[in-house]
Amino acid sequence: MARALINVPKTARRGEIVEIRAMVAHSMETGYRMGPNGVNMPRDIIRRFVCAYDGEEVFAAELFPAMSANPFIAFTLVATTSGTISFAWTDDAGETQTASADITVS
Amino acid sequence: MPSRRVLLGGAAASIAATMLAAPHVHAQARPRVVVIGGGFAGASCARALALLNGDIAVTLVEPETSYIACPFSNAVLAGLRGMEAQTFGYDGFDGIALIHKRAAAVDTERRRVRLDDGTDIDYARLVLAPGIDLNFEALPGYDAAAAEIMPHAWKAGPQTLLLRDQLAAMPDGGTVVISAPANPFRCPPGPYERASLIAHYLKTAKPRSKLIILDAKDTFSKRSLFEAAWRELYPGLIEWVPLSAGGRVTEVDPATKTLVTEFGSHKADVANVIPPQRAGAIAQAAGVADRTGWCPIDPVTFESRLQPGIHVVGDAAIGGAMPKSAFSANAQAKACAAAVAALLREREPAQPKLINTCYSLVAPDYGISIAGVYQPRDGLLAEVEGAGGVSPLDAATDVRELEAVYAEDWFRTITSEVFG
Repeated sequence: MARALINVPKTARRGEIVEIRAMVAHSMETGYRMGPNGVNMPRDIIRRFVCAYDGEEVFAAELFPAMSANPFIAFTLVATTSGTISFAWTDDAGETQTASADITVS
Repeated sequence: MPSRRVLLGGAAASIAATMLAAPHVHAQARPRVVVIGGGFAGASCARALALLNGDIAVTLVEPETSYIACPFSNAVLAGLRGMEAQTFGYDGFDGIALIHKRAAAVDTERRRVRLDDGTDIDYARLVLAPGIDLNFEALPGYDAAAAEIMPHAWKAGPQTLLLRDQLAAMPDGGTVVISAPANPFRCPPGPYERASLIAHYLKTAKPRSKLIILDAKDTFSKRSLFEAAWRELYPGLIEWVPLSAGGRVTEVDPATKTLVTEFGSHKADVANVIPPQRAGAIAQAAGVADRTGWCPIDPVTFESRLQPGIHVVGDAAIGGAMPKSAFSANAQAKACAAAVAALLREREPAQPKLINTCYSLVAPDYGISIAGVYQPRDGLLAEVEGAGGVSPLDAATDVRELEAVYAEDWFRTITSEVFG
């Protein structure tokens, strides 16, 4: 699985609503497209995306074949405490790509 | 209100107009076609109309007294060419009423164009060729003032010279950042030709410098040819950051020459911001642009889908697969002129077949090209399968040299046809 990009503010005030962005480079092959040999190309998509804040799951998404390649997910969190925000994308093969960033809350 | 469309040679229509029209309005002997915009599309259309039939009175409205062409202006940026080679006058426009005013509004009911000095011009049919406007609202931080610091140079002229001078003043080891917009926009291969020629300049004059392209797309016109040429000619110099690698620029800060993407920011020594675009202002004012900012057209006549009697050609029009190029503009303009003449005679317009070719220089002696053929299908201009194509990926040096010569020849040919 390929590269992941995340955007987490380095700092925030306690209680501030911060925007989080995450994108993973992935073909999101639907399984419905015909390959050059006339056979459908096997499905290969990200199934699940999870974001954890200081170890606790705060956002998750199920993804389906209608999602575009390189899915871009943006959402907001309330900055409660300094810690690590971690991201995980799991694909059809069960492989997981991870990324993380630290946020300092004052 | 009688129809303002006057039949060519139709005595009955002239009499009817004389009887029904207000006393101060005279029945025109010849129907008037007003063309707004004197670029590749508008100038081509006006000249084609004047050549096609002396029974049509042609008025061309263009505020500037000379035209600065965009094709080859990337060579100006790289110091390879002077601006005078890009500048053309309107001296040879015999048989066309040339008005150097800005069109301010269009009264579609009365079929009348209002100029910025308050003059009105009646038209039987109107052709709009306003080109593009930069859509400053689409990029936070970017506006006309910011463009004086981070030039777009996407309309050839002072902006081209500004960017050229910034590149010339940049110290060796500097970083040039180009931001390329999402489709559709004027000249699809343009940002990449520009990157190539700037890289040529940097390699020659400032070899420790770097060029980053931040792109809102994951692919672009002639990509494999460009990338192969970059590897060969400018190894390590050009970094292309596509959408899926976080290349989309969402905001710029002219105070620090910083380009902000969804996942980071890039500080530039020279920043060339090519912002999103839309049809020129008069298209919005005339009500021929839709919410995309571009003008949907009928692919046979180029008549607006939104306003009858108004045709749109060139970069402002959108009608399928045809790219926004000078070549396309010229081809569309001629097809549109033939359709306008047919409609004024109440004849069926012919189905056009249109050709586009875009040459790009990746170095002064290294040209590549893409060609396509387009025809109306299902209400759009669709690419004819199997026609056209791109330069071979594995061509020999002399083929690239020849294509650079062809590019120059094409420019000479089209500019002498349109402005000569």
